Amino acid sequence: MIKYMLAKEKDIPGGTAALFFSFSAIMWFIIGTGLGSFNAAKLAFPDWFTHSYALQFGHMRQVHVMAVIFGWITGAFAASAMYVVPALGNTKLWSEKLGVWNCMMWNVGMAVGLSSLWFGMTSGREYSDFIWPIDLYIAFVMVTPLFVNIFMSIVTRRTQGIYTTNWFFAASFFMLIIVFLIGNIPEFFHLTGLNEAYMTWWFAHNVLGLLITPVAAAITYYIVPKVTGNPLYSHRVGHLHFWSIVVFYSTPAAHHLMSSPLPEWLKSFASVEGVLILVPAVAYVCNILLTMQGRWSMFVENIEIKYTITGVLLAIPLNMQGGFQQTRAINWYVHGTGWIVAHAHLALLGFSTFAEAAAVYYGIQTLTRRKLYSLSLANFHFWMLLIGFSLYWVSMTIAGLIQGAGKIYEVPYMDVVIAEHPYMIVRWLGGTLVFIGNWVWLYNMYMTVKAGEKLSVGVQPQDVAYAR
Amino acid sequence: MGFREYRVGSILFGVALSTSMMITLYMPSLDISGVSSTATALEKQLTYGKINAFDYGDLFLHGTDKPIKVILKKNPATGAVMDEVAAYVFKPGTSFPSGLKHDNILGDDVQALSVSLGKMNKATEAKGGVFLVSTKVTNGVETPYIEFATATRGWGVDATLKAASETILAGSGKTMFIREGCWWCHTLLPEETHDWQSFGRPPMLGDFNGESPTTFGSDRKAPDLLHVGSRNSSKEWMMLHFFNPRLVQPHSIMPRYDYLWGGKDAKGNVIDLNKWDVEFNAYRDGERVYPPEVPDYADDSEIRYLIDFVLNLK
Repeated sequence: MIKYMLAKEKDIPGGTAALFFSFSAIMWFIIGTGLGSFNAAKLAFPDWFTHSYALQFGHMRQVHVMAVIFGWITGAFAASAMYVVPALGNTKLWSEKLGVWNCMMWNVGMAVGLSSLWFGMTSGREYSDFIWPIDLYIAFVMVTPLFVNIFMSIVTRRTQGIYTTNWFFAASFFMLIIVFLIGNIPEFFHLTGLNEAYMTWWFAHNVLGLLITPVAAAITYYIVPKVTGNPLYSHRVGHLHFWSIVVFYSTPAAHHLMSSPLPEWLKSFASVEGVLILVPAVAYVCNILLTMQGRWSMFVENIEIKYTITGVLLAIPLNMQGGFQQTRAINWYVHGTGWIVAHAHLALLGFSTFAEAAAVYYGIQTLTRRKLYSLSLANFHFWMLLIGFSLYWVSMTIAGLIQGAGKIYEVPYMDVVIAEHPYMIVRWLGGTLVFIGNWVWLYNMYMTVKAGEKLSVGVQPQDVAYAR
Repeated sequence: MGFREYRVGSILFGVALSTSMMITLYMPSLDISGVSSTATALEKQLTYGKINAFDYGDLFLHGTDKPIKVILKKNPATGAVMDEVAAYVFKPGTSFPSGLKHDNILGDDVQALSVSLGKMNKATEAKGGVFLVSTKVTNGVETPYIEFATATRGWGVDATLKAASETILAGSGKTMFIREGCWWCHTLLPEETHDWQSFGRPPMLGDFNGESPTTFGSDRKAPDLLHVGSRNSSKEWMMLHFFNPRLVQPHSIMPRYDYLWGGKDAKGNVIDLNKWDVEFNAYRDGERVYPPEVPDYADDSEIRYLIDFVLNLK
């Protein structure tokens, strides 16, 4: 990596930055899920590893969240954007060298940010836990170069139009900078009180709504037509998806605080806008699933499509939950319970992780022009991820419903904790399966780069997936 | 770029995003900033001081630079017995909370009263001083305000600390609460729709002016703590519970906070956590009748801050 950081732009092979980002993202995913598994174990068995400041649940939980969101998910987004955008524009990445530097600074930022968080330096605000110097670093040193690189690659494209995927890439990375700078104003300028509380959730909501969901969708807009060979079902529906994300998804921040004393008009507004999230959601899911017409066999046979479509199918319950659980009628029951934790994992570990995994699988094969080292290991990884996630999601949803019932029937809290205990163990098992699966994934990807069979000119990885 | 549509699209994108931020950020901020502080908000500000999270002065969140809450049963100036009152002592140099420094935090009425009756604007960080939360009743409406008791009643910092019948380090404790991540499981937000019976009155709109961070918490895996001090006021119970929650609640999944004792107990003896574990395991397995003793915490230990904070949540 250092070699390429100091090399001349023309000496860096195309796709280097995307490859570096892919492997960094996988490593952060392993770290993030490892922490997640450890945290879950602490909830199931609280006397596991005691006496230690560093291994206490309250110091590790946010490290897990930040490692997966900004190390794995956003890192995988960067990896995907850096090979998808040039491919769609029939051009090269604007600056491969900037991309390599970006990856290096990204990993440095994550390492420094996560360690500072781990050792107690926190802003005490959920999802924007990083202290403000790290927030500024993320905005200017990590995300801005990424945005510039992607945006300029789109500007210097050699095709006429801009494909749906690239609208999302360009818009989302730009919005991420805005969200970081505006959402952390309470830390920069010491805003206090309900303004601070509300902006914490404005930030959190928009990181999810303007970065993670749309970029994951953008990836599937690329992978599905590319691998199946079908054209996108409707660009017009894609437009509907894009614009309704910008208009509706950026507004319902207050629905995260439905039971707090925020102004009532704000909560009602957020709640209505929250239901309108179903507009982009339905448009998107229909568009992708209809693109699959006549190619559904690939859902079983092709590993990238298997990942992508599983992600898209998981987006259905995700959006149905998301649209309705924030209305007052349902929120009072599920607010603050494991249901929400399950929902968050459905978005991040379900929908978006599956889409990104597909992009990383596909990217590493096309960039190195090598066939996947082992399809069996890839399938093993898929099932570890899916079974692990399902165990997690189902157990936490049930635990959440138990908590909700306990809450409204005013059951003594201890009885709720006792009732939840089996589900806490299942959650830990699920998370551990994901963690183990990721090690297999890293091995498989490493071996693909080192020892994967070379693809001959003009052949795509999916064409030879079953060739022996 | 080439296409006119892309220019139009970029402009529309800007308009959509700005409108969205106008509605979801600017308008609510006007509404929220116009709210007057309740007495709770004033108490919180004077108890917690400057922000309780990351700050230059307290990089690793050790809870430094915080005011001291004291309970007074006699007048520090005269020594005469009086009704119990809570006073907030800022030693010289202690940072002020935002409400004491900026004019637009407390709300118009409260700000005006705090200046006219409370002499709040005479206080400086360099000299410190003693503050109270007082109330003025006009036409049956109670308006709380901050009273700078050093100016209005002549209560000095040292005299007040000396006269204190109880010293509560809840400001440092809130920093512990944030650093230790208590709020990942314990919310500070009884919900409006229910929770009244179990966890007490939900907070009101003006309860948060000047507080940062608010740490509502979002993922409740444990009881809400906003009024915990009213439900359970036992320091002894808290001490056992923090040291090992399984001592008082066998099914609890709360982590142990024994490391917050800081290695030495109140008498300066070294705490042997491993030995304690062996004895506790023996007790758990039925080989001992009584669990091992929980060491008393030192007055300047982090656990003291945290317990003070929790018990102060009334």
